[in-house]
Amino acid sequence: MSAPNSKYDPVEVASLHPTQIGKMVEDALRSFRAASSLEELKSARLAHAGDRAPLSLANREIGALPPAAKAEAGKRVGQARAKINAALEEATNRLEEARDAHVLIEERVDVTLPSARRAPGARHPLTTIREKVAELFIGMGYEIAEGPELEAEWFNFDALNIAADHPARTMADTFFIDPPENGLVLRTHTSPVQARMMLSQKPPIYVICPGRTYRTDELDATHTPVFSQVEGLVIDRGISMAHLKGTLDHFATSMFGEGILTRLRPSFFPFTEPSAEVDLPCFACRGQNPECRACGGEGWIEWGGCGMVNPKVLIACGIDPSEFSGFAFGMGLERTLMFRHNVKDMHDLVEGDVRFTSAFGVEV
Amino acid sequence: MRVPLSWLRELVAVPESFGVREIADALVRQGLEIESVEVFGSDLVGELVVARVLSIEELTEFKKPIRWVSLDTGETEARWVICGAENFAVGDLVVVVKPGSILPGGFKVTSRETYGRVSDGMICSAREMGMGDDHTGIVVIPPGAAPIGFDAIELFGLRDAVIDVAVTPDRGYALSMRGIAREVATAFQVPFSDPVSKIESRITTIDESLGSVADAMDVDRIVLRRVSDVDTAAHTPIWMQQRLALAGMRSISLAVDITNYVMLELGQPLHAFNGGKVQGAIQVRRARAAESLETLDHVTRKLNTEDLVIADSSGPLALAGTMGGINSEIDSTSDQIIIEAAHFNPELIARMSRRHKLSSEASRRFERGVDHDLALVASARAANLFCEIGGAQIVSAIDIDNRVAQSAITFNPSFPTKLVGHLYSAEVVDQRLKDVGCTIEKGVETWLVKAPSWRPDLTLAEDLVEEVARLEGYDAIPSILPPAPASRGLTPTQKTRRRVGITLAGEGFVEVLSYPFIGANDLAALGIAENDSRFIAIRLANPISDAAPLMRTTLLPGLIAALKRNLSRGNRNLAIFEMGSIFLGRLDQRPLPTLGVDRAPSPDELRALMSLIPEQPQYVAGLMCGEGESSWRGSRSVDWSDGIAAAQSVARAAGATLSIRTGSLAPWHPGRCAELWFGDRLVGQAGELHPRVVTRLDLPSGSVAFELNLDALGNPAAVHSPEISASPPAIQDVALIVDSSVAASDVTAALLAGGSPLLESAVLFDVYEGAQVGQGRKSLAFTLTFRAPDRTLTAIEAAAAREGAVTAAGALGAELRG
Repeated sequence: MSAPNSKYDPVEVASLHPTQIGKMVEDALRSFRAASSLEELKSARLAHAGDRAPLSLANREIGALPPAAKAEAGKRVGQARAKINAALEEATNRLEEARDAHVLIEERVDVTLPSARRAPGARHPLTTIREKVAELFIGMGYEIAEGPELEAEWFNFDALNIAADHPARTMADTFFIDPPENGLVLRTHTSPVQARMMLSQKPPIYVICPGRTYRTDELDATHTPVFSQVEGLVIDRGISMAHLKGTLDHFATSMFGEGILTRLRPSFFPFTEPSAEVDLPCFACRGQNPECRACGGEGWIEWGGCGMVNPKVLIACGIDPSEFSGFAFGMGLERTLMFRHNVKDMHDLVEGDVRFTSAFGVEV
Repeated sequence: MRVPLSWLRELVAVPESFGVREIADALVRQGLEIESVEVFGSDLVGELVVARVLSIEELTEFKKPIRWVSLDTGETEARWVICGAENFAVGDLVVVVKPGSILPGGFKVTSRETYGRVSDGMICSAREMGMGDDHTGIVVIPPGAAPIGFDAIELFGLRDAVIDVAVTPDRGYALSMRGIAREVATAFQVPFSDPVSKIESRITTIDESLGSVADAMDVDRIVLRRVSDVDTAAHTPIWMQQRLALAGMRSISLAVDITNYVMLELGQPLHAFNGGKVQGAIQVRRARAAESLETLDHVTRKLNTEDLVIADSSGPLALAGTMGGINSEIDSTSDQIIIEAAHFNPELIARMSRRHKLSSEASRRFERGVDHDLALVASARAANLFCEIGGAQIVSAIDIDNRVAQSAITFNPSFPTKLVGHLYSAEVVDQRLKDVGCTIEKGVETWLVKAPSWRPDLTLAEDLVEEVARLEGYDAIPSILPPAPASRGLTPTQKTRRRVGITLAGEGFVEVLSYPFIGANDLAALGIAENDSRFIAIRLANPISDAAPLMRTTLLPGLIAALKRNLSRGNRNLAIFEMGSIFLGRLDQRPLPTLGVDRAPSPDELRALMSLIPEQPQYVAGLMCGEGESSWRGSRSVDWSDGIAAAQSVARAAGATLSIRTGSLAPWHPGRCAELWFGDRLVGQAGELHPRVVTRLDLPSGSVAFELNLDALGNPAAVHSPEISASPPAIQDVALIVDSSVAASDVTAALLAGGSPLLESAVLFDVYEGAQVGQGRKSLAFTLTFRAPDRTLTAIEAAAAREGAVTAAGALGAELRG
């Protein structure tokens, strides 16, 4: 400690000498740089930037200087302080970053460990293909109609021009509710919804009806007693078979891809006239293999049936055939799914094995 | 209908350049479905000839009988062969294959040494020639059937093909060579000469006493023709046998073969009665009570008074149009034959065939419609064949004809263009209708079109449009989308079902679609009592399995079956669901009213019909077992709460909030079953399955199920925007001690009611049972959140609201825990 200086007797203060100040700064910067941890930096800070650091002590001496020297010494100390503080901040940042990096490395986990705690669920592909068909037709201006699976014989047969003696009306094909004379059956097709729609709505009618249907087949690779169909019905003025063909082609292209168009082949259904089978190009051979097992070498496979609604059906459902005409079609959804997704065996669609269903997720 | 190509070519001159494939394809394009195309003898190479057996030497030095045979093959020298068969004698005609030939199946015949002799060829069996499976002996040709040296390939038609046509119910005419030939002629635009036009059918001697008809509505035409002096030794000629065989019919006797042949040729089913056994006049009538008949298939059938029979004075001789009886069957001594050709009421035959579960070649044709005008011609054709082949004499005949003229169809020639959407000129329409066989009377605007007698299916203008369109080709129809009106999209119910499915899949459930057939045992296994409404089920008259004759009243049996199938395949942690109809039985089920089809039913008639169709509500159910959550960190088995949580998710997806009450219903654990209430309606159950059910069905212990009536939940109502308060909440915890029997949901409800309107929520965060609260008691700890819409609550206000909530809970016996 130096003695108080007389105002009039300027005293040379060694610690405020520029060389001394410069050394203090150098010492500080060196020890900051040398600090390898925040703890070491803390000691260095106390030593070089604390209250008792050489520069702080030197600062106190400024008061002893003659007024003329005070300003210069103060400026010198201030500049030195700024340098030390900047170096301290830089060192702090450097060491904090190092510390953070170290901590984050220590906290690292293996994010590739399985995270799911619950196996994903799935919807049945018959449900989702049914929805896909519904969306397609809604986009075309249709609505989705529904009807009961357990149906009156009148809707399932009579209204559709299937007479009492038609072979389909035997127990060999149709599930009858006991006692059979009560006139209740499990619907053999989705066509009774046609009759329900015509009786409940005025034309124009543009609907499809997807749903479950029943026939007394035994379950095998290609048959099941409980299956699904999608029925289409259009009743409007001036509807022709060309409209039917256009609709089926759009349906086929949307379901199976560009360039997949239908072939109509004359056939017979009591509820349509003219009637046709709807064929698709064989998915297995595309018509290229005369020995193809999928299509028997024909190059075409059957997709469903269709035709112009028989005027007898229109009459039974209260629609004037001289004013309106319409078309109807029906496709098996199992077949559609089998073609589209290469499902080989009907058992897979029936058994409910979650491995099969899960593969399809929630949308097809 | 199996169509032999050689026979078809005889009836219609299709250019030889078109093979069997092209002909089949043309038929497909015209609307006939082809089951198969079979080609025979295409691999047959070499010479097969008719030969006479000149001598037979029995070689006895071998283990089996061997013959050394010399044959006259029409060559300069006799041909010697070794033969192992013994069914022929010197003088018989047989078929010899010359060395160098290759038989069907690639069997090469050479001149070779065998049994110590050089066999210079081979005598054939039917199978070796590619004529079916008969290998019991060699083929012996009837004497005089062919000259020595005649080409056996031609004689037996060994090179041929068969097109098997599947005939739809409207096209009875296609069950004949005549009908198919007409289609082929149209397809290839070659002339068609109707075989019917070549038959002289006039009756020269009428015998009114031959028979009579009881009701012309049952049979509007019948021709009975008596032939005599049939040579009982006469054989069916080889060409006829071969055609029958290719068409899929066995040769039985000359009489049966002739009637079958004419049926295949023209489409008219015929029956030949043993004239010696018919007593008195033939009568076509309904069967009488207690009559029975043993039909040719050796089944004795009790007849129904609805059955139509051909009878004589002793009783029924045949089921009309279906099958003959044993009592009038022709045998090897019959030289008197009565040929019956008739046009029966198709519906009558269809019902009879179904009633007796007896479908014959005849009944199939009558059901689908037989040419109205054919009976007389076909009868004459058969009689002529008896004369030509069997040396018979036509004695007399009767034609009982009550046919009603078919009415003409009024037809606008522009109608096909309008209905099909493709331009068909009047000339094209005219030509195509004539191709079909129609006759047309042209008016100024409309035509009167008369369908041919073989097309009873053509009754509407639309039927004629189909004929024009199919013969012109459906491929010509353009592809145009109709201009549909704007759609309203899915209905709220359809959207709800979709959301429910997606929600459950999102929660880890996999969808199952099971058959809706169950048995009483399935319900009993679930511990469902017989007085439970789920036992009021609809019964199938003809179930697939006698073990599952009922329509499901719950989705659980189907889910359990699917769960077990998955378990058996090694999947232990499962969550599956099903959404679908259940079928509510009713004790007052009555027959549905019979409605007509000549007009729409009236609203009252429809209502009456609909009211008797059982209700079929949509249900959704789920089943879970094993670990609900599992990972390398640890796992958690499913429990009752997972079932309830899933049901709540379903309800949320339907826009509904369930309230949970304590329940007890099979198949759930009586202490772990929640009732699911929507408003004041019980809509389902959820929880753990009853341990006894689990044991009985061999399910993993602790399996969980839920089931609820989706239809009862309705659809989401429109949401009114809530008012959100920006004021801070006052949050306080409270622990209440209640009896163990008090439901937590009731305590929560009481708190909310008592803390209203400031109590925003009461969330249960802890349940404690133990010594600190005493036996039979539990502590429920709640976090209560109080908030005012417009201000910060003061401590005094919050305390008062808390006091109100606790006081309300006090009504349930709740005390504040110290």
